Amino acid sequence: MGLSEQQIERYSRHIILEEVGGQGQEKLLESKVLIVGAGGLGAPAALYLGAAGIGTIGLIDADKVDLTNLQRQVIHHTADVGVEKVKSAENKINAINPDVTVKTYHQWAKADNIREIVREYDFVIDGTDNFAAKFLVNDACWFEKKAYSHAGILRFDGQLITVVPGQSTCYRCIFGSPPPVGSVPSCSQAGVLGVLAGVIGSLQATEAIKYLLGIGDLLTNTLLTYNALKMQFRRVNIKRNPDCKLCGSEPEITELIDEEQPVCDLEKD
Amino acid sequence: MKIVVNGEEFESKDGLTISELLVEQEVKMPDMVSVELNGEILKRSVFETASLNEGDKVEFLYFMGGGQWD
Ligand SMILES: [Zn+2]
Repeated sequence: MGLSEQQIERYSRHIILEEVGGQGQEKLLESKVLIVGAGGLGAPAALYLGAAGIGTIGLIDADKVDLTNLQRQVIHHTADVGVEKVKSAENKINAINPDVTVKTYHQWAKADNIREIVREYDFVIDGTDNFAAKFLVNDACWFEKKAYSHAGILRFDGQLITVVPGQSTCYRCIFGSPPPVGSVPSCSQAGVLGVLAGVIGSLQATEAIKYLLGIGDLLTNTLLTYNALKMQFRRVNIKRNPDCKLCGSEPEITELIDEEQPVCDLEKD
Repeated sequence: MKIVVNGEEFESKDGLTISELLVEQEVKMPDMVSVELNGEILKRSVFETASLNEGDKVEFLYFMGGGQWD
């Protein structure tokens, strides 16, 4: 397709990188990344992937912007309160970079819709906020053989791992199934330092770009954990689990299921 | 004996089980933790019986959501 003069200027700091170059930038412009959840993790990922010139960015979220989101979901502004998150995010990406086509799915990712959406993309970012959705994204990417970045944040901690289905450790290899109802911290305990979303979501975007360009070492078979109070990153090597219910030697899960979502027992603050 | 938990060395009694270690390490919500011993993810069913040996490396891996439950 070739880059326009404007594009050569816009992406000059990418193009000058030996590992990216003009070809790499063209590759990014032809790539499609799906972001499940336009919230804390999805916000920085969408902003950076948009700026990087990912040709197509898909956003799935059924939520509307709430005042309590603005502390960490930096793609949404005060004036967006009440607006669909996917719409608000689309507007910001378009404002940053008209090269990007944004596809919005104003719905929750469920077992009956996610596979056909995931199928359209080259890489998936899990920016969901609950365990049922995290298992669903993992399983959908397994069945559609799409690489994805899993991440979670809580309080002052964050973690992420990249999954290449069939080749590396998946989320179920580590965690099996969602924690039992009643064991999840209540709403009032489940705070999070807003900037955690920026740190971890930006790392997810980095993995997406590396995967699309085929450069560097992906965060596969390795959970990267981050604690903001200690300002410490740790890499934990995790092998594929032969007993994994999804990708193990005798899989029990042969189709997508909607896991039960343990909900907190307190009224929403 | 010496064991390593999440990268930090601890002195513990011989034959400590995973369940006992979870208590000793003051893990408040064990249901939210997956345990890796020397590179292998352990089944929950062996937490009570699996005992640790000198030099074992244990990783507590925590369930983390998206930072919001609303
Ligand atoms: Zn697995």
